[in-house]
Amino acid sequence: MTTNANVPLIEMSKVSKSYMMAREKTTVLHEVSLKVAHGDFLAIVGPSGSGKSTLMNIIGCLDLPSEGSYKLEGLEIMGQSDNKLTEMRNKKIGFIFQGYHLLPKLSALENCELPLIYRGLPGKERKQRAMEALERVGLGQRMHHRQNELSGGQQQRVAIARALATNPPMLLADEPTGALDSKTGMEVLSMMEELNRAGQTIVLITHDMEVAKRARRTVIIRDGVLTEQERRNSDETYAGPQDGSEERLVQQA
Amino acid sequence: MKLTQGLKMAVKSVLSNKLRTVLSMLGILIGVATVIALVAMGKASSNEVAKQVSSLGSPNSLSVTILGRGTVTTLSVDEANELGDVMNVAGVAPVTSATGYAKYGKTQVSVTVEGITAAYEKVKEFPVQDGRYIAAPDIKNNTKVALIGVDTATDLFEDEGEDPSAAVGKKITINGYIFTIVGLLESQGSSLTGSNDEKILIPVTTAQKVFQTSGVSTINLIVSDTSLMSATVTAVEAVLYEKFRGNENAYRVLNQEEAMKTLNSVNETMNRQLIYVAIISLIVGGIGIMNIMLVSVTERTREIGIRKSLGAKKRDILFQFLVEAVCISGLGGALGIGLGYVASFIIGVVMKTETEVPLDTVGVAFLFSAFVGVVFGYLPANKAASLRPVDALRHD
Repeated sequence: MTTNANVPLIEMSKVSKSYMMAREKTTVLHEVSLKVAHGDFLAIVGPSGSGKSTLMNIIGCLDLPSEGSYKLEGLEIMGQSDNKLTEMRNKKIGFIFQGYHLLPKLSALENCELPLIYRGLPGKERKQRAMEALERVGLGQRMHHRQNELSGGQQQRVAIARALATNPPMLLADEPTGALDSKTGMEVLSMMEELNRAGQTIVLITHDMEVAKRARRTVIIRDGVLTEQERRNSDETYAGPQDGSEERLVQQA
Repeated sequence: MKLTQGLKMAVKSVLSNKLRTVLSMLGILIGVATVIALVAMGKASSNEVAKQVSSLGSPNSLSVTILGRGTVTTLSVDEANELGDVMNVAGVAPVTSATGYAKYGKTQVSVTVEGITAAYEKVKEFPVQDGRYIAAPDIKNNTKVALIGVDTATDLFEDEGEDPSAAVGKKITINGYIFTIVGLLESQGSSLTGSNDEKILIPVTTAQKVFQTSGVSTINLIVSDTSLMSATVTAVEAVLYEKFRGNENAYRVLNQEEAMKTLNSVNETMNRQLIYVAIISLIVGGIGIMNIMLVSVTERTREIGIRKSLGAKKRDILFQFLVEAVCISGLGGALGIGLGYVASFIIGVVMKTETEVPLDTVGVAFLFSAFVGVVFGYLPANKAASLRPVDALRHD
């Protein structure tokens, strides 16, 4: 992905997020610190209302933290303009949403081309890369199908292909199995594991511990505070930092 | 994002929801069609006016009508001829006009009989196609000779089994007097004052006798230099003012230019009002587009969120929605132009006039409709572009 393997992909320190609600300040994230190295597969687990959506929005550059520092591949996100955030989303992050978020009027291929259009790639290259991404998720035969002609699992695979098409350093998946039956959900997760083995960094957000178990590393978020779970050591291909200091989570103050 | 890609995307979106597109373009479509049809109609009526006015005579002609009010009510032929001394006047043709009964065999028709002088041929540009014209000796001697218009000739002779084109030499009676037809007039068609071919021309002196009138009713003049027309009109009016002892109501001087101006000013006022109506309807059409676009922004909030999360910048979304609005209004404009052409054609057929759609109007109508799209598309586009991706994605 990137040659800059020494710089962590995600480096958050003391990130807080608070909203003004009815003139009252509600803090959703409390000084969250998190480091994710390239090639990692991280699951963020938490019940609803725990602040995991807010955390995901911040990781995904959809929203800005109120306080703290968030560096994505060494680049400070805090205080960036809308346009810069958009550029970061386009270049660094591949989104996989719970509800797939495909555009229903476009074919699978066109959906996968969309982020490349906004990157400004010429038509031919765009098509090539979108097709490659679809083939990677095993949908080479269904490129011209629309959303309503695809099953839920297939739709989620199109979404994964769309996220992969830009070749981003990080896949950010928000409850990717939430709308799928357990069998298809497992298939999608296997695919993500496979992608991770091929070197793709994945951040997965879920409320389901079962789903989280498929990741190499799990953090739990509760009431806006992160706690680290032990690392799964079963995966031998993982080549990330081993000294433990980097993965350790800094908790609340 | 590239411009062409943005256009492609917008066109695709416009075409993918046909009902919404058609509904939102309806206002513009009707507005533009109205403009085209109204302009075509206005053009048709001013063409009609121009045609009718030009049939009154050539642009260098001028006519004086004697209205017969006041103490001095008539002008003799000689007095009328004195107008030829006014500068720039190249010819004078006094005419006395009355309705008479012409009879040939058992057929009798009511017809306009004009007493003329020899100058009539040149001044009114109304020659004969057969025979000779009324000449100075005819005037002097009150001879009973007549020139006959083609329609009157047909009316008189056809029922009697005679060939109307061989009218010259035949004898007819007019109000009981026997006249010899010496000339068959050329066909001239109709003008504002009625058919030119339903008339009989006789020497003015003879006419005064037969109809027991004195003086002339109309004096036709031609000028040598059209650019001096208004000066000539003033000079002629001065002479008449003198003759009628200051009674301005006794006569009226008319020229073609004046008549055209008067008739066209009515037309222009009407056209202007029609254009205002059309502009209002275009604005209303634009508001229609704005409403539907606003609804569409709400409806497509999630799409906007998805696009933004995938890397669409604010200006990409703004551009997309603006182009969509312009596409809708431009398409509406184009269809409106087509509909306007059809409408103007139908109007032309129904009103039996030649309608004409000026190309510059078509261009202006199209550009204006596209402009309406930009103006009224901006608000919804800006609303779409300003959505925060977090909120937009959460929207259902």
